[in-house]
Order: sequence, then C-alpha cells, then structure tokens
Amino acid sequence: MRTMTYRDALREAIREEMLRDERVFIMGEDIAGYGGTYAVTKGLFEEFGEKRVRDTPLAEEVITGVAIGAALGGLRPILELMTINFSLLASDLLVNSAAKMRYMFGGQPAVPFVVRMPSGGGAQRAAQHSQLFETWYAHIPGLKVVMPATPYDVKGMLKSAVRDPDPVLFIEHELLYNIKGEVPDEGVEYTIPLNLGEVKRSGSDVTIITFSRMVHVSLQAAEDLAKEGIEAEVIDLRSIRPIDIDLLVDSVKKTNRVVIAEEGWKYYGTGQGLAALIYEHAFDYMDAPIQHVTGADVPMPYSKALERAAIPKKSDIVDAVKAIVPSALVRR
Amino acid sequence: MAISNATLAGLTRTELLEMHYKMALIRRFEEKSAEEYTRGKIGGFMHLYIGQEAVGVGSIKALRLEDKILCSYREHGHALAKGMAPGAVMAELFGKITGCSKGKGGSMHMWSDEMGIYGGNGIVAAQMPIAAGVAFSVQYQGKDTVIACYFGDGAVDEGAFHESLNLASVWKLPVVYVCENNQYSMGMAVGKAWAVDSLQPRAAAYNMPGDQVDGMDVIAVYESMKQAVEHARSGGGPTLLEIKTYRFRGHSMTDPAYYRTREEEQQWRTTRDPIGIFEKKLLENGLATQAEFDDNDARAIQVSEEAAEFADNSPDPSLEELYTDVMVDNSTALTYRYERK
Amino acid sequence: MKKVEMPKMGDSMEEGRILRWIKKEGEEVKKGEMLAEVETDKVNIEIEAFAGGVLRKILVPEGNSAPVGAEIALIGAPGEPLPDYLGANGAEAGSQRQGSLASPTQSSPLQTQSAQPYKVDLLARSSVGLSPEPTSGTTTIKRQDRIFISPLARRLADENHLDYATLQGTGPNGRIIKMDIEAALSQQQSAVSPLVEPVTPLIAPQVFPPVSAAIDSGEVIEIPLTTMRRAIARRLSQSMQTAPHFYVTSVIDTDKLAAFRQQINEYAANDPAPVKVSFNDLIVKAVAKALVRMPQVNISFAEDRLLQKKQVHIGIAVAVEQGLIVPVLRNADQRGILDIARETQRLAEATREGKLRPEEFSGGTFTVSNLGMYDVDSFTAVINPPESAILAVGSITPTPVVVDGQVVVRNRMKVTLSSDHRAIDGVTAARFLQEVKRLLEEPFGLVL
Repeated sequence: MRTMTYRDALREAIREEMLRDERVFIMGEDIAGYGGTYAVTKGLFEEFGEKRVRDTPLAEEVITGVAIGAALGGLRPILELMTINFSLLASDLLVNSAAKMRYMFGGQPAVPFVVRMPSGGGAQRAAQHSQLFETWYAHIPGLKVVMPATPYDVKGMLKSAVRDPDPVLFIEHELLYNIKGEVPDEGVEYTIPLNLGEVKRSGSDVTIITFSRMVHVSLQAAEDLAKEGIEAEVIDLRSIRPIDIDLLVDSVKKTNRVVIAEEGWKYYGTGQGLAALIYEHAFDYMDAPIQHVTGADVPMPYSKALERAAIPKKSDIVDAVKAIVPSALVRR
Repeated sequence: MAISNATLAGLTRTELLEMHYKMALIRRFEEKSAEEYTRGKIGGFMHLYIGQEAVGVGSIKALRLEDKILCSYREHGHALAKGMAPGAVMAELFGKITGCSKGKGGSMHMWSDEMGIYGGNGIVAAQMPIAAGVAFSVQYQGKDTVIACYFGDGAVDEGAFHESLNLASVWKLPVVYVCENNQYSMGMAVGKAWAVDSLQPRAAAYNMPGDQVDGMDVIAVYESMKQAVEHARSGGGPTLLEIKTYRFRGHSMTDPAYYRTREEEQQWRTTRDPIGIFEKKLLENGLATQAEFDDNDARAIQVSEEAAEFADNSPDPSLEELYTDVMVDNSTALTYRYERK
Repeated sequence: MKKVEMPKMGDSMEEGRILRWIKKEGEEVKKGEMLAEVETDKVNIEIEAFAGGVLRKILVPEGNSAPVGAEIALIGAPGEPLPDYLGANGAEAGSQRQGSLASPTQSSPLQTQSAQPYKVDLLARSSVGLSPEPTSGTTTIKRQDRIFISPLARRLADENHLDYATLQGTGPNGRIIKMDIEAALSQQQSAVSPLVEPVTPLIAPQVFPPVSAAIDSGEVIEIPLTTMRRAIARRLSQSMQTAPHFYVTSVIDTDKLAAFRQQINEYAANDPAPVKVSFNDLIVKAVAKALVRMPQVNISFAEDRLLQKKQVHIGIAVAVEQGLIVPVLRNADQRGILDIARETQRLAEATREGKLRPEEFSGGTFTVSNLGMYDVDSFTAVINPPESAILAVGSITPTPVVVDGQVVVRNRMKVTLSSDHRAIDGVTAARFLQEVKRLLEEPFGLVL
C-alpha cells in the first residue's frame, strides 16, 4: 500500500485505463495544456498526446454530445466537465440522450462513457459554483451516478466506470482532491463495482448513511460519538445510482436508527429518496424516525462565515445521532 | 419514347429509377401512416415527410451503407431511404415488438446498426453534437466513414447548432450537416426566426464550405451532397448544406397549419412536388417511362400496405420488455432490482 | 327552494329510476327522512332528504328515470313560489325534462361490483338516521389516545403478545421504543416465573430520563415513572415485603488490604493488559471465596425448598442516571483478581452505555453494593431477589483504635450484610461476614 492523494489516485486510474485500452481517451476544457482545472490530468497530455488528451472549446453541450457520439462509435470517452455546475448546460444530452438511447432504440446502442466532474462547496466559490446535483442525475433511469470519497475508492471506481458499458456520471468533490489515503501499490490491479456501498466504520447503535466528502465528516462524528459511548456505523454509499439498498437495510436491521448526512439540499434530494426506500424496505426495524443532516436550503453564500454555516458540520451529525439514540447509551 | 442508357449526374437509369421508387415509397408510406394514425393504430407524435422526399433520397444516395445518418424527429423518410425495411418502420410506429426499436421508440426513434441509422432525436438539434461525436470516433479510429446529420431550420436557432458546427470545423470532423429548410419550425416562419436569409454566411462564420440547394430537385440535392461527402471523406472536414424544401402536411398529425395559407400549400403541391419534378426530368432526358413510374408507385402502395399489415399482425412487446434495455447490464438498473421483486 | 337531485349511487351509476315516492307533494319532509325509492341498474335504494321543508314539486314521476345530478324534486316552504321554468303545469315540464334526459345507459360489468356494496352502506346510514342517536355525554366512550410507538417496538410487542398500551415510552415525544418493550418483556418474564433460572435482573439495563413532560401542579411536580423506576419499585417492595431482612455489621481493618492492593496495582500496571484493581474488586473476590466456603449463603428461598447455587455469580450494583443496574460477574470464584477487575470495568462500562446483554444482568447469586466513594459510613441494602443476601460496603475512614494498649489510627470500613431470614440464620450470616473480614484483613488469603 502507498499513501497518495485523491487527485493522484484519480490520475493514475485514468492513465492505467488509457494504457490498457486504445479506445479510452479524455477530453474536456483545459485538461491538456493547462493540466486540468484541479490538476487531475496533469502530465497526461505530455504522455499521450493530443489525440487522446484533448482540449475542447468552452462548449459543454457539444463536448458532451461528442462524448456520447464517440461512445456510440465504439470509443470509451472520459469527459471532464470543469464543474458539475456547468453540467446543466449539457444536461439535455445527458438526460435526454445518453440516459435513454439504449432504451428508446430497443436495446441496440450502448453509450459507454464517463463524465467526470467535481461538485460541492466549501471553497468560497459562491452560489453558482458550490452545488451538488447528483440528486438530479440519480433521478434518471439509464444513468449511473457514483461519488467516491477516498483515494482507494476513486481509483478503483474510475477504472470500473471506464469499463462500464453504460453512461457513468463520476462526481468528485472539490475539497477531496488533496485528501490522502492508502492505495494498493502500482501494478496491483483492482476495480470496485459501481453498485456497492461500503461500511466505512461498523457500529451497533445508529447507521449514518453518507457519501462523498460527508463520509469524512461522518467518520469524525462517529469518533466523537464513540467517546460518549455511541457506536455509529458509517456507510459510504459510493454509488448514488444504483443504490445498494441491501447494505442499508442490513445495517438498519442491526442498529434500528438512521441518520442521513449529505452536503446537498434537503428537499426532494438524495437523502429524502433514501429515507423513502428505507421506510419501504425496513419499516419494521425502525426504532426512531430517520434524521437528515443537509446543507442549508439557500443558494451558497460567499462569506466564509455564512458558507461555514451552510455546510453540514461534524456537530450537526453528532446532534442528529443524539436526537434518536436513547440517552442510556450516552455516557455521562 | 426511346429509353436512353445515358446517365444523369453520373447515376445510371437503374439507380435513378430506384431513387424514384424510394421517393414514391416514402410518399405512399407516409400516406399510409397518416391513415393508420387516424385509425388509432399509431399514437403520440408523428411528423410526416411528405414533400421533402427529395432531400432524404437525394442526399442518402450520396452515402455508403457504412456511413451513418443522425436525424431529427421527422425521420421515417431517412430510415426508408437508408434501407430500413418498411415493415420494421411501420411496426415501430405501431409500437410493436417487430419494430426497428422493439416498439420502445416510436416515430421519433428509429435505429439500425446494420443500415447505419443512428436514430431520430426528439430534442431539436440534439443530434448535432452527437453527430460530431460519431464523426470524432471514426476520425479517431482512422476510418473513412462519413456522418450525415439532418436537422430542420428550427434547429439552427438552438445553441447546439453553433457549438457543433464550430467544434466540427475546428477538429475537421467528417460530418455533413444537412439543414432541411422546410420554411417553418412548427409554426414559426423561417424569416421571423433567422437573422439571415441563408445559411451561407453561417457556414462562412465556421470556416467551412456551405451550399444552398433546391430541395425539390433530387438530383441537385444528390450532387451537392456528393461533393460534401467527398470533402468529408477525404479529411477536409464538415460542410453545411441548406436544402430548401417544403412539407406538404402540417408539422405533426394534429397541426391544422393556421400559420400558412391553403393557397401557399396548394401552390407548392401542384408546382413544386419533388416526385413530379423528378419524373418530368427523367422523361425529358428519356431515362424512364410513365409506365415505370406507375409501376414504382403501385409497388410503393403495395409495400406500404404490406408494411401496415405486418405491423398490425405483429405482437405487442411482452411486459417483460418494460424493464429490459434500461442498462446494458440490467441487473444494475434500479427498476430491475427493486420494482420487479 | 331546495333542489333534490338524482344521487350517484356508486361510481358506475349514470341514471336512476324512481320506483316510488315515499313522500307526496305537499307533505312535510324532515332532513334525513326517506324521500323516495330509486332503482339503479342493479339495486333499489331509498334516498334521503338533505333539506327539510315541504315537498313542493315532484319533477320525475314514479316509473321514470333521470340521470345522476338531474333535479327530481323541489323542497321549500309552504307558500314559497315555484321557479318560473316550471310554469303553470310543473309536472308536465318536469316530465319533459326527464323525458329528454332519460336515455338508456349501457351498463358495464363493473357496475355489478360497485353497486352492491353501496347498498349496504346506504342502509346502514339510513338506520342511523331513523333511530335517534345518543346525545354526547350519555355514553362513556373511553377516548383512546394514539399511542406513539416505533415500528420496531410495535413489531416486537406484537411478536411477544405484549400489550403496549400501558407502557410509558421513553423515546423522544414519549415514543415507546425497542428498549421499553424489552424492559417490559423482562419484567413480564420475572413476574411469571420468579424461581426459574436464570434469575431475571433487578431491572433491565435500559435507562434514560423520562422525556414525557413532568407536570408541575403547584406544590409538587409529578414525574411520570420510567420503566426502570417502576421495576425498581416493584422488585424492591416485593423484596422487603416477602423477605424478612436482618442485618449484621462488621468493621474491617483495611491497612493490609491497601498495601496489598498497591502491590497488585504495581504489578498490574506492567501487565501486558494493564488494569487498575479497586477495593471493590478485592471485596468481590473475598465474597466469592467466602461463598465457596459457605455455600449456605449462596442460596435462594423457593417457598417449599431452598435452592443452593453451585456457581458463584456476584452482582455489582452500578448507579446510573435515574436508577441502578446490577450487572453480574459470572463465576467470580474462579477468577483471579486482575480478571475480576477487568471484567468488572467492562461490565460497568457496558452498563452505563446500556449495552449489557441479558445474561450480563441476570442470574446473580449474591450482590455487593458499595457506596464507599460517596463518603457513607455504613448503610443497609435491600436484598435483590431471588438472592438471599447482599453486602453493603461503606467508606474507608481513618479511625482511632486501640492496638496493644496503644491508641493508633487505622483505616477501617464498615460492611453490613442483609440476609433473608427465611434462608439464612443469624449465625450463618455472622460467620460469613467473619470469613469476609478475615480474607480482607489478611488479603494473602485472596490469592492462596
């Protein structure tokens, strides 16, 4: 095992897949000469050249269409959209074409491509650049939406995404690129399926369901809770669609309590969808209502102070857990 | 009248008669579709190609089988012209399992890998970026395949038009963008929607060749397209063609066409019918006889009838089909996992 | 003037035929009275007046049909003028209206299904209308408030046939949660079979403050009982009422014990699994050894016989918020001191975390209750049934004593043994306490 950043793990996955398969190429705005807005693709242009590492005009709609068309034409494109906020300009192609071409053409075409894009707030980028839209895309049948949280997962899942025969929206987080974690040594080939969540910490008293950056916040909250005698199970969804509902239900059966922690907005979002699924599949195992920790229901403010207040913190998760865990479990 | 063995625009008599047959087929097929629509056999939206036959037939004649076409939602004609079996098209309109998209797509969504038909698209101009992508894939793989992308004058008003033409030009993609200017984007007259009265200046703006063609003259369409295809195939990059045509019917089956006069329609139908114009040209050049046209027409009617019969007799998709084809590996489709339990 | 319309009797009904007018024109009609009998496609039903007054005009004569929603009659005051459109001959106009409206409607197979249950409904409603309804207050309907219970708790209760209506929920908003059900079940179990092993715990380990609001009624504040408090009350009253308690107190010199403890702790600090031994651990060890030597104290009174336990399981009372729990150190006699210390710490922690497993708070044969840390000189404890004895341990205090004629200061603690006289006699209790004292004052005995 090595310790490396999320960014480096990501780059390594892209590079390995490009070396493995001639059909794999990466395209996007400022990914070649500039090295990527978040420096994920740094060095790839020098290694692979313009054919396979291609800068595009600032035209999200056409470059997304090109990725789809290239996939239809037999290639395995990786498209980097500069941020998920810009994906709205491409969302017609993602939702109206990529997601449904296979179905509406009776199972004939496959659209195997990956759209990589960072999301999330916390870097004072204000309202238009701090959003999470996995909820929007995860609503759509025909798409896969994954949000790995660790260097290990991001590498294994990107490799799976490139090899996946369906469109995969691969959502990163701006504040995760620099986090470090263990990744198997170079040359150790591994992939992580795109339909499985993972128990990142096991516990018996409450299940914290989370994904992306909130996994780390939840793990810190779990450590704090443990000091007070509450053992929280932290489940990293990793994939938003498909959702590993079996994993969630099994955990709920054990802990009987659920806190969902996500950075995005509360209403009609991922967490609310999960809550409905849990009630549907595990109602008889619930000993308390599901608690939901989310970002504030406002456009993201710029001010550091306001932004901090808008993004869920460790203490929010701790409080949500304590609201449903019997106080007998809380050490005094 | 003596039959000449001469050629027209380099096309043999056999080829020309086959083109005539295809135009007649599209006309008769669409008439049959309209009839079946009123009988409730066909549902949803249906956009007929009547009046525009010369565009599809003339331009696709310039393509090879392995070349790909991407179309708008008005695509029955292109599918037939590119070689799709009329029964498969009609069965798709009927929503039957024998349809080219297993009855899951309908009028706007026809596909055939074999015939190089990469679908109609129900979103105006959405086929344009995707066509650029398919063109990119053949360029990447070093193939000499050409992509033809069909769209209406309404698509020109979308942002995707601009983005696609610009990128195709910058990357010299082997794609021909074919605008079928039928004068109306639904009810909006093109003169009210475009800031220019021709696409020529637009082609120039993207630094690519452009041409404006009489879309009621199948030979003119063919010749212009042939040049554009050769340009693309030889690595010259994209071309923007504006083919001026007219749809004889409303935008869709439920369009009473209040936005234009009956006189205008009548004028086009009587003086500018592409089939009539083509027949006249063939007769003038001594390349075909009226009897041959009549034969073609009779065959077109019969094939259309047979297509409708085939469609009518075909079974609906089984309910199992509801959940298939969502993903390549359907076990990863949520519906598959949780709704079917 | 109020209109009477042809009612829709079921989803599929489109028209109805008047079979019979129960009221005649000019007759007084009370709201709710039956007006007419109507035939739908499948059933004949009576229709009621939705307004009172005089039946002024019948618009659809007997035998004729009208579509749902059509006017079939008018109800009004005696002198009220009829609407103009009826003209002089209202009936004629009315029959024209119905004549033009009444067209045979196609009946679908579904109508059969929907019409039938509707008839039942309607009859039920009409019988209510006819018999005077009791005025409110004459009957005492016990209002059953909605019980808040978690889905899981409800399922557990149902599976165990437990009536949860009387339980006091301890979850948020007074919701009955899993813990409450488990506590109730363990109580139920002990109530049903008090003598069956393993002995049920004094109280279930799930404890937390009542969330249901305390009621402040002026001089006192009413605090609803928690499940735990209720269990303590019941079990300990039972103990005091049924087991004749008697008490034997002894004073134990702890200087040697302290030195011994220090030596052990010096050793234990360097143990691969370091642990700190408390005085209480040593007391537990002493009690366990004494119980082995005097099994007649390790006993239960079972009405017609005594049950002498072969195993020594020492309960250790642990205070928690709102009450106490007695986790059980199993086979304490077979454990070394360090083992006792470790296991006791683990149990205490699990107790405070509410994570004791059932076998960890049941089956005790003797209990040690230590209030030494609270500066208590001595106290007497209530026996934890079905055990027969409990040792109450007070604080260690420097005490002037006479040794060899000299007054010296020694550290001493008072311990009081409560015994159930039905099972244990005074001498036995005294000898047992003597043995405990001996072991604690000559602590090498604990390890030998």
